[in-house]
Amino acid sequence: MGRYIFKRFLGLIPTLFIIITLSFFIIRFAPGGPFDSEKKLPKQILENIEKKYHLDEPLVMQYLRYMGNLLKGDLGPSLRYQDHDVSFYIVQTLPVSLLLGVISLFVALILGLFTGALSALKRNTWVDYTFMSIAVLGISIPLFVTGPILMLIFALVLKWLPTSGWINGRGGWATLIMPVLTLSFPYYANIARLFRASVLEVLQSDYIRTARAKGLSVRAIMLRHVFKGASIPVVSYLGPAFAGIVTGSVVVEQIFRIPGLGRYFVQSAFNRDYPLIMGTVVVYSVILVVMNFIVDIFYGILDPRVSYKD
Amino acid sequence: MKKILLSLFIVLSLFSLIVSCGQSQGKGGEFILNNGAEPESLDPHLISGVPEHRIYMALFEGLVAYDPKTATAVPGLAESWEFSDDNTVITFKLRQTTWSDGVPITAETVKKSWERMLSPELAAPYAWFPAMFLKGAAEYNAGDAGPDALGVEVVDKYTLKVELVGPLPYALDAFAHYSFAVVPLHAIEKYGKEWTSPDNFVGNGPFVLETWEPQNKITVVPNPKYWDKDAVKLSRVVYLPIEDNNTSYNMYLNGEIDWQTTVPTDRIKEAKLRDDYIKNPQLATYYYIFNNTKKPFDDPRVRKALSMAVNRQELVERVTQAGQITAYGIVPPMTGYKGVKGLGEDVEKAKALLAEAGYPNGEGFPEVEILYNTSEGHQKIAEFIQQQWKVNLGINVKLTNQEWKTYLTTRREGQFYIARAGWVGDYQDPNTFLDMFVTGGDMNDAFYSNPQYDELIHKAARMAPGPDRFATLMQAEELLITQDHAIMPLYFYVTINMIDTNKWGGWYPNVMDIHPLKNIYKK
Repeated sequence: MGRYIFKRFLGLIPTLFIIITLSFFIIRFAPGGPFDSEKKLPKQILENIEKKYHLDEPLVMQYLRYMGNLLKGDLGPSLRYQDHDVSFYIVQTLPVSLLLGVISLFVALILGLFTGALSALKRNTWVDYTFMSIAVLGISIPLFVTGPILMLIFALVLKWLPTSGWINGRGGWATLIMPVLTLSFPYYANIARLFRASVLEVLQSDYIRTARAKGLSVRAIMLRHVFKGASIPVVSYLGPAFAGIVTGSVVVEQIFRIPGLGRYFVQSAFNRDYPLIMGTVVVYSVILVVMNFIVDIFYGILDPRVSYKD
Repeated sequence: MKKILLSLFIVLSLFSLIVSCGQSQGKGGEFILNNGAEPESLDPHLISGVPEHRIYMALFEGLVAYDPKTATAVPGLAESWEFSDDNTVITFKLRQTTWSDGVPITAETVKKSWERMLSPELAAPYAWFPAMFLKGAAEYNAGDAGPDALGVEVVDKYTLKVELVGPLPYALDAFAHYSFAVVPLHAIEKYGKEWTSPDNFVGNGPFVLETWEPQNKITVVPNPKYWDKDAVKLSRVVYLPIEDNNTSYNMYLNGEIDWQTTVPTDRIKEAKLRDDYIKNPQLATYYYIFNNTKKPFDDPRVRKALSMAVNRQELVERVTQAGQITAYGIVPPMTGYKGVKGLGEDVEKAKALLAEAGYPNGEGFPEVEILYNTSEGHQKIAEFIQQQWKVNLGINVKLTNQEWKTYLTTRREGQFYIARAGWVGDYQDPNTFLDMFVTGGDMNDAFYSNPQYDELIHKAARMAPGPDRFATLMQAEELLITQDHAIMPLYFYVTINMIDTNKWGGWYPNVMDIHPLKNIYKK
């Protein structure tokens, strides 16, 4: 197993290399440059700035310089936010996105597993219909609709919660409630539907019938056999879900004014801040491939039928 | 039991005391504003936008500062100044003051600061601005001369002589701009790029930096070393970098923000009903650029016809709705300068002009596009104009929207027929609008060229202030607008602010939309 993990781990390197290389060149194809603005910079000023950031060099040279610095752990300076390097902004904002993502995923998981299991056990009853209808809403309503609706109801009409902000602001931990609910809603919906289907499938399998025949209680069957077996699809969903929830919190961060990495991701693209775009792409790619890697490993632990031999 | 209760009481009392002390906002209270965006930098020599400017005014003060009512120059670091007889040299007398860390600020500090700002190595984005005023600045910034070329002379420790490129009457106001900032070179030398971190920060403005959490907030507190510290009333200012106008407007309604610097377009109607909605004319123009080199817009008759067929009054009343002022010239009215009358609107005359140019009733008019950057507001305006031209002139135009930077590139490269544009004046003088359109000018995206116009702009630059100079500039504007009609002015902007002036004093509307926090106080 160790050998398998090591080989899979080595496989991550070319994947990341390809993502970084493609991103580097693709973002340069976008029209406009980092220093374009309504007030056009005079030629001399632009030349000075391009020289300062080595943007006057050929693209291949810039690429080699970037990769060389990346290997040394240097993500370069931000072209827009000039007081610090890209790494500073990532170190400042990634923990915020991770915290929001982890809490949202946790909430989605707990609620999803609970309602999914309940829907399966109470199949085709009003309980099932209610939870599954909510799940359909979760999948079909986009975040940029859910967020403002929650804000309208709980902040502006009822005045129970602050409209936006982060936990270290005036609103404190209460600021987390609406973004977490918004962000977890679609993930909750997916987990609930996935788990319901999975539980139903497991309940019909032979080994559950055997367990029932042995006279095990429903509680014991659920906890010992069904949950473990039925959680495999959910676990395999968690990797991409975690990556998605961390990288996909961009809209929620924007609506609720959360100082996470997502805001830099969006703004750096609009600003053509090449090093900052690359920095966020590198971080998001690492999260994505590492999460898939972890899921692959866990998948085998949960399901003995998966072989580690390749 | 009694002892336990007593101890509990004492602990709780102490706790509430500590909490209440922590929340204390001092005498003037905390003032929270939406600053619109995360600042590019706090280093005044590296900034270039409105959000950065608002922070600059709190943390630094140049030779002159802004009057909160008129946004014109008032004494800052310089307590007085004198112009030479020919208006080409200003002698500033500096006050004896220090940085927030106690290090004195002298005339030498000002000179060295400007040398830093204009050095090619620093590559300051706004270095072109001082170069419009300061003798030798352009040459030094281009690397063609050394810092000695700068027209700045230290007369004594607190006297500075500044030589201008000409007798520029609007130069004094320009010295309040951040590109003329005085910076703490001793701190920059010590901390390098990190000098703007809260731990290392040194400034000379009414406030000093307290915290800076990227994308979250910036807080500033009064500077105890500021020369006019008694005038500063607020105990803390919080800048929130909120880009989403709806979020910030909701926060304002919810009492989480004290000053909201804009209102989302689709909520202007409801905002206008409130008494804290403050609208004021701004030194800014919204206009359409015709590509003067591309057929059919190389014919002034076509440009004039299209412009004369647009009902501006209807545009500002039905589409933009915030109380913008109809524009027929490029320069908004300002003290001493009325602006040109322009062509006005006349559909019949427009039809005749179009027919004269070879397109009777719009027949045979080529398929052209209006280019604008992605925004609901620009789209609505473009749709209105498209409709006006269809109904009034019988011509069909297409609409093309592009993302901001893509749009800028398309516009600069001249890959358009008609493009939207807006211009905010840098200083209160017609020149800030008119010098854009000189032949080959960096901002001349209309590719307009008229030697007579160029000559008038250059002539005005060498003239002494007064009615004659304004008359020359007016003559230039007549050429640009009435004779050649290179561009189509649509309206003069208004600024929209939301602030409860019953609660906050010292905030005044002005054409530059500049509101120094030094003067704001809680009533």
